[in-house]
Amino acid sequence: MSDFVQFVTENLIQTLIAVLVVFVVGGGAFIAVRSRGRDLELIDDSPDVDISSRIGDVVADTDVAEPDDEGAAGVDHGDGDTFDDSTAAGAVVELEELVKPSFFERLSKARSAFSGYLGTLVGSGRLGDDDWEALEDALIQADVGVSVAMKLIEDVKATAAQSGAEDGAGVLELLKARMHDELAGKQRDLCLEEGKTNVWLFVGVNGVGKTTTIGKVGRRLVDEGHRPLMAAGDTFRAAAAEQLMMWGERAGTDVVRGSEGGDPASVIFDGVAAAAARGCDVVLGDTAGRLHNKSNLMDELGKVRRVADRDPGHVSEVLLVLDATTGQNGMAQAKVFTEAVNVTGIVLTKLDGSARGGIVFAVESELSIPVKLVGLGEKVGDLVDFDPVAFVDALFD
Amino acid sequence: MFQTLTDKFEGIFGRLGRKGRLSEADVNEALKEIRVALLEADVHLSVVRNLRSRIKERAIGDEVHAALNPAQQVVKIVNEELTASLGGETIKITYASRPPTVVLMAGLQGAGKTTSAAKLARWFKAQGRNPLLVGADLQRPAAVEQLRTLGRSIDVPVFSEPSDPIAVAGAAIEEARKTGRDVVIVDTAGRLAIDEALMEEVHRVSDTVEPDYTFLVVDAMTGQDAVNVAEAFHQRLALDGVVLTKLDGDARGGAALSVKEVVGRPIAFAATGEKMEDFELFHPERMASRILGMGDMLTLIEKAEQAYEADEAEEAAARMLEGQFTLDDFLEQMQQLKKMGPLQNLVGMLPGLPKEMRNVDVDDREIARIEAIIRSMTTEERANPKLIDASRRGRISKGSGTNPTQVSGLITQFGEMQKMMKRLGGMGTKKVKTPRKAKRGKAKGKGKGGRVTPKGGTQRRTTTGGGRVTPKGTKAQKSPLMLPGLDRINDDDIENMMDRF
Repeated sequence: MSDFVQFVTENLIQTLIAVLVVFVVGGGAFIAVRSRGRDLELIDDSPDVDISSRIGDVVADTDVAEPDDEGAAGVDHGDGDTFDDSTAAGAVVELEELVKPSFFERLSKARSAFSGYLGTLVGSGRLGDDDWEALEDALIQADVGVSVAMKLIEDVKATAAQSGAEDGAGVLELLKARMHDELAGKQRDLCLEEGKTNVWLFVGVNGVGKTTTIGKVGRRLVDEGHRPLMAAGDTFRAAAAEQLMMWGERAGTDVVRGSEGGDPASVIFDGVAAAAARGCDVVLGDTAGRLHNKSNLMDELGKVRRVADRDPGHVSEVLLVLDATTGQNGMAQAKVFTEAVNVTGIVLTKLDGSARGGIVFAVESELSIPVKLVGLGEKVGDLVDFDPVAFVDALFD
Repeated sequence: MFQTLTDKFEGIFGRLGRKGRLSEADVNEALKEIRVALLEADVHLSVVRNLRSRIKERAIGDEVHAALNPAQQVVKIVNEELTASLGGETIKITYASRPPTVVLMAGLQGAGKTTSAAKLARWFKAQGRNPLLVGADLQRPAAVEQLRTLGRSIDVPVFSEPSDPIAVAGAAIEEARKTGRDVVIVDTAGRLAIDEALMEEVHRVSDTVEPDYTFLVVDAMTGQDAVNVAEAFHQRLALDGVVLTKLDGDARGGAALSVKEVVGRPIAFAATGEKMEDFELFHPERMASRILGMGDMLTLIEKAEQAYEADEAEEAAARMLEGQFTLDDFLEQMQQLKKMGPLQNLVGMLPGLPKEMRNVDVDDREIARIEAIIRSMTTEERANPKLIDASRRGRISKGSGTNPTQVSGLITQFGEMQKMMKRLGGMGTKKVKTPRKAKRGKAKGKGKGGRVTPKGGTQRRTTTGGGRVTPKGTKAQKSPLMLPGLDRINDDDIENMMDRF
């Protein structure tokens, strides 16, 4: 097989031809055959679908729904121009009182509905095979992933045999400790370099909560005495800029937007220029949600990052927003986004639901990308620092 | 990820050789792999358990079909079970005798309700209906604005008012009656399944509009939590179906299976892209192979079908096999191929392609280069590349911005391809499919049974219920063509690839 691989990599043109041949001869003949017997076909019953348009169109992209704070819909919105500020930062705006939820408080509320399946385990004596399996299942159900779960259980089995702790409670503690170790010692602070126009980019697939997260982060920065500016780099999804502008209002920050369908990189660049001119120290760059397997959109994102890094801009954080309900695909997302834009941290959103977000454990331990923030609700204050210990404990609650 | 189940099974069953029946021990070992594969695809644990026992029951003692090796036999069973679980009754939209027909969309935040509502409206429009979209998501900033923008793009009116969701929904039905809209699609705010207050709210919206169809919108990337969500929504709203979104991503979409099992209602629609028209009825048999990580052959074939005119393709294929394929034809076919999207994506959809090959960066710019070279040739040169001497080569390379080596490289490779095509064409009769069948038999040579039924072809079709005779395994037969007449590839490689197909 290795010959073959070498062959393929060395002969790109040949590969192209080969693929082409497959399609022409194969596809062609197949179609010919199919079209003869079309009356018999059962497979395609959707009349108006144009599948071929699905892949590979020019840069275009949509962000599906994102979660948000309560607020009136249909509020007026500025249209069009690049410099369109919702609120002047520093102007006295009535900001909503910030109530920070505690990690545990929120989670316990969420968990109470589905908890208890490890309760029996903890009370039991020496663990049997079924108990070990239950432990593994708990990890799997938290979306940690089957291979990671198997590995963890194997490790803990070995440790347990050595230490003699073979009862339920002891083993559970060993497992948690093993997972804590994995997440320990990571740098989780958000990076803001002084004297520079920092840019924090928020990236991720559609519907994970990028815009909402920016709103929350903006408010938090304002409270910490920074002067953030939001740049509506999602020029694709309908009304994405309007959504961000409402968040700008709530957070008390400027918002820079471009026209719908415009070039996202230029919006971010305008944001950087505006921030530099107004003495803002950090630009929060929104980007359109994109599925990581669309290479043209990932290329676009790479460009956004490069442009944002141009003087006076300085990209100091690229935050990948991951939805806690995401399953194993989260790993692929993290890998591809990191390749494209060098992700510096993860924001785990929607952890106030019943999903446990275990995939970020796998992502952090395999790719060493630290989880930095956690979204726990729809209010502007519902954003907390990631607490690895609480997170691991909550996986089993 | 692309080490597919068949590969794994071949490892397990390989040493067993061809036994008549599968023993319990063999099956158990395979079941472990099945469990891992399904869990990696995000199928819920409990659903995996049920599936495993069903598969085990069928697999043990199952007569190994003559055309299949044991590994393929098990894959076939798994695929059939998955398809059966995903499928069942398909949704059939019937319209209310007293219009409007009301559709309620519900789901978690970010699942894609607003976009799906608009896509569904477009779908109804295509069925000749007059839909009205209702913006009852008054929670998320600018959600209604988003719906209005989408509504404008598909020319469907949007009704909303800044009051509360229940009032909006109620008023919308009135509005629809007044304006003669016969389908009403209500977009609601995203909500967590555990949020009592909001779940109660959506319940009240439902009571107000009395929907004919209530759809749960589920993100294909959802993990184990899909079951909890589906259960909670089903309890409150009595779902009629599921809309599965973001299927254009690369998630294997096991959540579809979980939700189907829990709700017991069909997955009605699948959203497969960012455009309004990327929305289709759900195909269970495609999803089954996707969950198993076996590529999406059917989509690929459909793409090909849309990009090519059947007659044209048949003609091109015939010419190719007769060795009369010119560079002009090649150029033409390349254009067709381009219509199907980036090559990388197409390669990704070929099932069982070795991982290494999938990871090769297929740069679409290479195609552009090849095009430029061919376009820089005269008509005579394209028809007969042998004409091209050093001076012509120089001219062509200048014209195309390449260098003479690249030009001659292309010509040599094209020549090899032509030769191979001719050989291939010589093996069969006029019928296009026949030569390839012959070729396959030849390349295989090991008597595994010409019509092997691996992932790509037959078995999926068999499961979709017959009638479809010829096209089986077409893809499989193509594989030798992947290697345009080059001896650097040894027989093992070919054998390997063949097995994968």
